Amino acid sequence: MDLHVVGPLASPVERAAVDAILGAPESGWVGGARDSGTDGHASSGGHALRARRSQLLPALHAVQSRIGWISTPALNYICKRLAVAPAEAYGVATFYALYATTPRPPVVAHVCDDIACRLAGAEALCGDLTRSLGPAGEPIGDGRATWLRSPCLGLCDLAPAALFTTAGERPVMVSAAPVDSAGIAARLESGEGSARPAPVGRQAERGDLRLLRRVGIVDPGSLDDYRASGGYRALARAIEIGPDRVLEEVTASKLMGRGGAAFPTGRKWAAVAAQSAQPHYVVCNADESEPGTFKDRVLLEGDPFATVEAMTIAAFATRASLGYLYIRGEYPEAEWRVTNAIDRARAAGLLGGDILGSGFAFDIELRRGAGAYICGEETALFESIEGKRGEPRNKPPFPVEIGLFGKPTVVNNVETLANVLSIVTDGGESFAQIGTEGSTGPKLFCLSGHVAQPGVYEVEFGATLGDLITLAGGVPGGRAIRTILLGGAAGVFVGQDALDMPLTFEATRAAGATLGSGVIMVFDETADLVDTLRRIAQFFRDESCGQCVPCRVGSVRQEELLARLAAGSRVRSREEELILLREIGQAMRDASICGLGQTASSAIESAFRQPGMVNL
Amino acid sequence: MTDQVTPNATSDPDVLAAILRSPPARASRPPGPPPVEAPASVELTIDGVAVSVPDGTTILGACGEQGIDTPTLCYVENLTPVNVCRVCVVEVAGSRVLVPACSRKVEAGMDVQTDSERVRLSRKVVLEFLGSSVDLSLTGPITPDRSIAAYAQRYGADATRFGPPGQPSAAGERDRLESGHHHGPTGDATAATVAQPTKIDNELYVRDYSKCILCYKCVDACGEEAQNTFAIAVAGRGFDARISTESAVPLPESACVYCGNCIGVCPTGALMFKSEYDMRESGTWDESAQTVTDTICPYCGVGCAVSLHAQDDRIVKVTSPTDSSVTDGHLCIKGRFGFEFVNNRPKV
Ligand SMILES: Cc1cc2nc3c(=O)[nH]c(=O)nc-3n(C[C@H](O)[C@H](O)[C@H](O)COP(=O)(O)O)c2cc1C
Ligand code: SF4
Ligand code: SF4
Ligand code: SF4
Ligand code: FES
Ligand code: FES
Repeated sequence: MDLHVVGPLASPVERAAVDAILGAPESGWVGGARDSGTDGHASSGGHALRARRSQLLPALHAVQSRIGWISTPALNYICKRLAVAPAEAYGVATFYALYATTPRPPVVAHVCDDIACRLAGAEALCGDLTRSLGPAGEPIGDGRATWLRSPCLGLCDLAPAALFTTAGERPVMVSAAPVDSAGIAARLESGEGSARPAPVGRQAERGDLRLLRRVGIVDPGSLDDYRASGGYRALARAIEIGPDRVLEEVTASKLMGRGGAAFPTGRKWAAVAAQSAQPHYVVCNADESEPGTFKDRVLLEGDPFATVEAMTIAAFATRASLGYLYIRGEYPEAEWRVTNAIDRARAAGLLGGDILGSGFAFDIELRRGAGAYICGEETALFESIEGKRGEPRNKPPFPVEIGLFGKPTVVNNVETLANVLSIVTDGGESFAQIGTEGSTGPKLFCLSGHVAQPGVYEVEFGATLGDLITLAGGVPGGRAIRTILLGGAAGVFVGQDALDMPLTFEATRAAGATLGSGVIMVFDETADLVDTLRRIAQFFRDESCGQCVPCRVGSVRQEELLARLAAGSRVRSREEELILLREIGQAMRDASICGLGQTASSAIESAFRQPGMVNL
Repeated sequence: MTDQVTPNATSDPDVLAAILRSPPARASRPPGPPPVEAPASVELTIDGVAVSVPDGTTILGACGEQGIDTPTLCYVENLTPVNVCRVCVVEVAGSRVLVPACSRKVEAGMDVQTDSERVRLSRKVVLEFLGSSVDLSLTGPITPDRSIAAYAQRYGADATRFGPPGQPSAAGERDRLESGHHHGPTGDATAATVAQPTKIDNELYVRDYSKCILCYKCVDACGEEAQNTFAIAVAGRGFDARISTESAVPLPESACVYCGNCIGVCPTGALMFKSEYDMRESGTWDESAQTVTDTICPYCGVGCAVSLHAQDDRIVKVTSPTDSSVTDGHLCIKGRFGFEFVNNRPKV
């Protein structure tokens, strides 16, 4: 490739931000002193340089968080440093919502207006902000700040929520919840505000908790405290019994993935371990962005070493030597906790060249997402780590064969990995005794909406939907439940009659519902469901990667159809419009490339199936 | 086979005469290519009919051998399938979702349905999605015998079901859209489209993204599949995704080297020779009055196959056969656009 980069030079500040991530340029040809407006062509630097493509997102983050937006000269400078064509880098930068390619003030409030926050008055809040600060996206006052709407920030238990980002020499990113318009305005003005509470154990009965047992109890910053509370016993045990036994135990546990697709973890690991292609990778999917989901955030903020230890065990069992932890870009507190945990584990020899003196070598690289729900889809996540647009790949081939960088890859959800620890210490058989035949082990559920005590709750598989709502204190004010959203925006609405349904993979599947990512969002009789459905449609319209026609256009048509039903401006009769809605849904479900398009109509169609639920 | 006869072994004239009639095998030969093993064949069923095709064949290829016509939009022979348009989907027993015929390889025992209710519905709705959002009036020029309208008819696609088209975008408006929060529909019962003014910023070719179905062909041809220039890529996300140069600059400011390979693979007429565009605008474009002459590019020693499309004794565009072993259908700026000297020859 003949890299063609012309135009004005990046500012010294922009360069310094990039160099801080990529190191100083080795020669003038990669963007140093010889660079001038007339010297448009940079040497491509060969294979080694192009292999650094995966540094593209970290470099874009560096400029975004230093300046507040990514100018064309800054983008060009990154292109020279990494030998990426400017058109491609522009395609990547414009894919992710957290990057701005046009000027944006350095201080931004990202205000959640997604479904759980709407139940807590987010739309009224945005209205207040529009009146007091001006429309979303417009610079406020001296142009130093602005506010933007955001999809679910994974703080639904504390709704309404906001994320504050301040670009500068010492960039700041902090989330806050619950928020009000005065608090947001004050924070934009002064940059000051109180921190939001750290996750706490919601459940009074903590005795049997496995996944949440340290959350809110053990200092998440201390490796010593982690070890004192049983941490790293599982890794020691894994090394003692060897990789093959670990695989056997995980298979015997019948653990199913908790990221939404419910794939048997043991099968996935064994398939990767058996691949002759090298190297193998382990990827932890911490891109949690399904509206209504916040369990992985709670685990990462409250017990970060557990994720690091479990990834190490996964690598040991599948013979991987490098792992990536891909964390959602809107999770600053969790990112900070995980960074600390990785650093401390490395310093203590629990990551690195010779783990626990066993000769086993493994390390973890943390990667930050940049505002794209689709990057939670495993193959889109790989593309993103590789420095590309988060467009899912066609499957087959599957990641166990051709995954990250084209190599065999284990990808697991944070909660899935958390289960591995007790499987290794207590044995797969004993884990399989917990729960039901088809759904073994403990499970986290994210309760939000109209419940008295929203939060993450841990139960053994088999608990019913009603049990969980009771655990969360039931519906406040004694109001009646109108409907419950299971599994998030990609899930389904169920009615009162589902309260007795056990929340297991098999029972929900039989009922045509889904557990998805463990969302239980309760809507009481006061909820405006048409508003909720329209926001869900908007979510998929915003988050579709745009690669395939059924989802790219279908998500628009679905949103338009709901809008015109709500506005009473139908194109055809109501019956014909509803047939059209179903056909849009079926084409998206049947013909889309990935799970986003395949589930984009799920919740909306389920709402229309419930008698009397939607009055449109 | 006759007995081996060795020269010098005899002076018998009859034997010598026999040798002259059929010369003996040469003692040593240059090494030939290793024997090519015929690929194993795979047995499957298509629409209930047992079929046997070589391993590695796509479902599309297998259907073709059966004489089953499959609509395709984002598939061209000379580029790796990207399977994004989804108009070619078929039903495979045991698969939860439909699969793209253009990229999926056949497997032993596969049970493929190409005309089931699910297949027909998805193909219909995909055609409606495209027809309601994109100007398909020229879609299909690289497969002229199969028009998109015929497929729309076959599947009963009615693109007006979503309401009349919404407002077109102003020049450059779609290039500035940011991912994340879009301005939602107002409920005015119109269907959003990608309509926008044609980008005319150079003398060689124009870009009318109102016609773009986002099939990635131009991006792949400009990038690692042919040209290796990487002047264009997909920018933005979802319905706002678009083909863009770096920072959406005009072509002359971009890395484009005007090889025109993107034009050669574009199935929709979104990318078009300026000569063709101007003639269409003035109403003089007439394919029935055109001749196509296959020849060799006169410029360099590579010997690229070029097809000269001429109307009224003037070359109006240049293509290259996709099955040419020299070009794979791809050219450079000279072969593609360097024909003006012919058009400007002095009249004798
Ligand atoms: C649109 C979409 C978004 C997804 N988001 C996530 C996510 O945020 N976290 C996650 O663990 N899995 C997510 N998944 C599922 C992953 O593709 C994958 O199945 C999962 O990470 C595998 O891990 P598991 O087997 O441990 O569940 C998503 C899937 C789709 C289709
Ligand atoms: S289904 Fe949607 S998100 Fe998935 S590949 Fe297609 S356009 Fe992208
Ligand atoms: S003309 Fe050639 S270089 Fe220019 S965009 Fe098209 S394929 Fe790329
Ligand atoms: S411009 Fe043509 S080739 Fe490129 S994506 Fe659009 S339709 Fe496909
Ligand atoms: S944080 Fe607002 S909906 Fe989840
Ligand atoms: S032709 Fe197969 S998906 Fe486009």
